[in-house]
Amino acid sequence: MAETLEKEITKKKTEPLLSKRRKKVVLDPLNDDNPITIQVLGICSALAVTTQLKPTLVMALSVTFVMIFSSLFTSLLRNLIPGRVRIIVQLAIIASFVILVNEVLHAYAFDIYKQLSVFVGLIITNCIVMGRLEAFAMGNKPYDSVLDAFGSAMGYSWIIIAVAFFREVLGSGKIFGFALFDAIGWSSFPTNGLMVTPVGAFIILGLIIWVQRTKTGYVEQH
Amino acid sequence: MQRSNTYVIIFSLVLSIILGGLLSLASAGLKPAQMKAEEFAHKRQILRAVLDTDMLDDIVSVYDNQISSFVVDAQGQIIETDEKGNKIIAEDIDIGKEFKKDPGERFYPIYTYRTQENPDDIEAYIFAAYGNGLWNNIWGFIALETDMNTISGVVFDHVGETAGLGARITEKELQARYKGKKMFDANGNLESVNMLKGENNRPESLDEHHVNGISGATLTANGVNKMIIEYINYYQPFIAKYKKENAGVASL
Repeated sequence: MAETLEKEITKKKTEPLLSKRRKKVVLDPLNDDNPITIQVLGICSALAVTTQLKPTLVMALSVTFVMIFSSLFTSLLRNLIPGRVRIIVQLAIIASFVILVNEVLHAYAFDIYKQLSVFVGLIITNCIVMGRLEAFAMGNKPYDSVLDAFGSAMGYSWIIIAVAFFREVLGSGKIFGFALFDAIGWSSFPTNGLMVTPVGAFIILGLIIWVQRTKTGYVEQH
Repeated sequence: MQRSNTYVIIFSLVLSIILGGLLSLASAGLKPAQMKAEEFAHKRQILRAVLDTDMLDDIVSVYDNQISSFVVDAQGQIIETDEKGNKIIAEDIDIGKEFKKDPGERFYPIYTYRTQENPDDIEAYIFAAYGNGLWNNIWGFIALETDMNTISGVVFDHVGETAGLGARITEKELQARYKGKKMFDANGNLESVNMLKGENNRPESLDEHHVNGISGATLTANGVNKMIIEYINYYQPFIAKYKKENAGVASL
């Protein structure tokens, strides 16, 4: 027993920075195990902030920041955190980083701070963040946990950015606030009011899931 | 591994103190930048009622040169000091705090705008407004031309309306819909300007007192409608006095 344990430790020490296993940790959440489309987590903010690309991008960056740093700290503290209060400890760590993001946005990106309003604060309740802390960071080393958090954050980010892209183009005829259809001389482009409502996000999200599952062949277990 | 209760309590305490301390530090350290951002946003917002601020390089200096301000009470009297004798500055008035007071006891700031080309005559009067949106407070500034009837511009903002829906009241395109609309009807009664339900209303329904609303955010639009009529009504004593004083000039 002691021997195998030691072997594992030495094996891990020599593991390259981006070994196959670590690549899998990062890449899996992008597609095969995507937090939004496969695990169906973090839907609330995916619906709420995705009407325009700019706030969506800031939201994606905020979530990425919060996930990476709370995973790092949870992982560093994983042997000290008492099991009985681990959830509230994770929550405290996440909440601290979320408040930090909120304060920084307030100081240096006041307009976006106001546009995102409550949804930055609601990162605290984003199941993806806490899910990764509980499922991964509590039992893995800091570097691996950061990679895992980064992967999940990217999996979340690319989906909400894709949804925001379609919603802004179809709903407002714009990309990052730039009037796309006016620029190409199609100013009568019929914008779709449905796309700016959460219903539009459901439809886009559903289509993305459809395409994705057709390609990966993923089927829900019954 | 089961830890002792003492360990759990000490761990929680230490973690709370560390995280709390870090957050207080961050909050205190970022405070000046936040205040500056807020002051800048406030001045820019008032200017937005009359100017396209995206075209301006130095918003603060334009504000300082072309905007002057004063405060009136509910009777339309200009007041300079509060009951304790402190000077009242319009920019320092927290309209949100005033909103919580009884309308009769509130301070109402008024900002006057002069163009760069003609610094002698007032071009527009900017009135503040505050109200309730769907989720949280909304506010705005309404600029009226010197006839105290024609809207030369409006600007709206909010605390927590839904991004992409109610939050669209901050969009320039939406605010531009109010330009040129009239506050009062032909008999001088306050009619206000209301957002209709939905975005694609027939042109004939968009008369002097109506503009297109926001699809999916009718409740926010209702809040905006209520806010405008309420606040212009609060400013009515001042407006009436102004109209009386300028009646001779206006008829020329």
